[in-house]
Amino acid sequence: MNFLKWIGRTYLICIVLFLYVPILVMVALSFNESQLYRLPIEWSIRWYEALANNSKLHSATVNSLAVAFLSTCLSTLMGTAVALAFYRYDFRGKRLLQILIFPPITIPWLIIGTAMLVFFFWVGIGRGLHAMVLGHVALSLPYVVIVVSARLKSFDSTLEDAARSLGASYWQTTLWVTVPWLMPGIIAAALFAFAVSLDQFVISYFLAAPGVTTLPVEIYTAIRKGFTPEINAISTLVILLSMLLLVGVSRLYRFGGRD
Amino acid sequence: MKQREAVLSLISPAYLWLTLTILLPLSAMLYYSFLSDVPIGNREVSWTLENYGTFFEKAFYSELMLRSFKLGAEVTAFCLLLGFPCALALAKSIRGRTKEALFLLIILPFWSNALVRIFSWTMVLRGNGILEYSINWFLPGTGPLGLMFTYPAILLGLVHSYLPYMILTCYISIDAIDNQLLEAARSLGAGKLTIFFRLIVPLALPGIVAGSVLIFIPVIGSFMEPRLLGGRNGTFIGTIIEDQFTAVFNWPLGAALSFIMMGLVLLILLGFSPLVRHFK
Repeated sequence: MNFLKWIGRTYLICIVLFLYVPILVMVALSFNESQLYRLPIEWSIRWYEALANNSKLHSATVNSLAVAFLSTCLSTLMGTAVALAFYRYDFRGKRLLQILIFPPITIPWLIIGTAMLVFFFWVGIGRGLHAMVLGHVALSLPYVVIVVSARLKSFDSTLEDAARSLGASYWQTTLWVTVPWLMPGIIAAALFAFAVSLDQFVISYFLAAPGVTTLPVEIYTAIRKGFTPEINAISTLVILLSMLLLVGVSRLYRFGGRD
Repeated sequence: MKQREAVLSLISPAYLWLTLTILLPLSAMLYYSFLSDVPIGNREVSWTLENYGTFFEKAFYSELMLRSFKLGAEVTAFCLLLGFPCALALAKSIRGRTKEALFLLIILPFWSNALVRIFSWTMVLRGNGILEYSINWFLPGTGPLGLMFTYPAILLGLVHSYLPYMILTCYISIDAIDNQLLEAARSLGAGKLTIFFRLIVPLALPGIVAGSVLIFIPVIGSFMEPRLLGGRNGTFIGTIIEDQFTAVFNWPLGAALSFIMMGLVLLILLGFSPLVRHFK
């Protein structure tokens, strides 16, 4: 084998290891008996048991899931519609509108989060889970548009023409021809949006109302207050869930993207 | 159905939403940055340039702004140095299922919570943490490393967080380079270094630029990572802005600092845009 290729492979493996170091440490220490992360590890599941009785973390988890679910539905619906409009029609100002989708991911979240705090406070929307949904949908929209547009690139628009020439109305064509064909892309986009919302910390942090938080905000507060390994246990579960979601996305992408 | 109605019905919900959550909030914040106080209750509020003045009068703020931009530049540079070779190896020397599996392995941690990953670095780096423990086990008597709560600790955490962005964007543009082009160069007598610097790097430039922008912008606004890994050394403009909104309750100053940061970012992006166009 080529010497350079061999170096390349070794290097890749080193990078992958580097990326996984903290995650593996987190998982290992969630099974450590000691409260102070004392080494060497004495294996125990006491932090998972403690987790089962921590009602604060439970309600934060339920909040996270509720916000993520609602944001996913809304952003997938609106983002898919936008991708369809960009694909089907040429209209004035399209370029500008396409660019305007991206500010949510190109402006530092710190600035977006504080701006939302100021504005929501000012107009009376206030803080809380409803405000978080507003913010999370805006953040997921660009991802949904990108993912659905990528799937639309390989769509054969004569299918729509055929449906219409057979008498289907505009909405019938969209609902019964285009959307089913787009489904793998839409599901991938939805999973993306769900992961974005579940992980989102900065915006949730500024929009959290006292006592009503999501999991990342609760974890941050716990870390700053002086933490317990319970945080490792819940973080391990969160990481597992996020990773399963992404594996799901990648499978859909592969099966959906190249047929 | 007419095109106009169709377009409007498809795009208006999303753009109304973005107006409510991005455009109006940013406008409101711009407005706040010119106020003397938070207009809540019956407080007397007047227009002022004082918040922007504070930034230019007190060296403290501009030094922190500089420190944040330096951090952004360093994190971006390290991500490029580490990530580009990785993207190159992934795109050009590995094929088939291994490639797919490695690709997935690299972007997976990217979707695990950033906060959680930073937190786990604290357990690696802290006194008597995993790193110190293992080094002392292999080489007894090395003693404490004192890595936690330092600038390098913040750098390490941020590079780790953002590295997948750079690998991903570089990979996409390197993968698109036709192998025949590289073979043609080789058969015409170009050496490995020539091929790398005259062909691969220029052709991968869009990916490098995209990755750099995606890393630089959030890093200069970061506040959670410096707080957790930097402790008292973790004061940056991001943490100062966060304080203005959550602890000090001086929203006008926080807003002004945010807009100065955004303005500087825009200037830098404009400065780099000819570079991108040149290579297109």
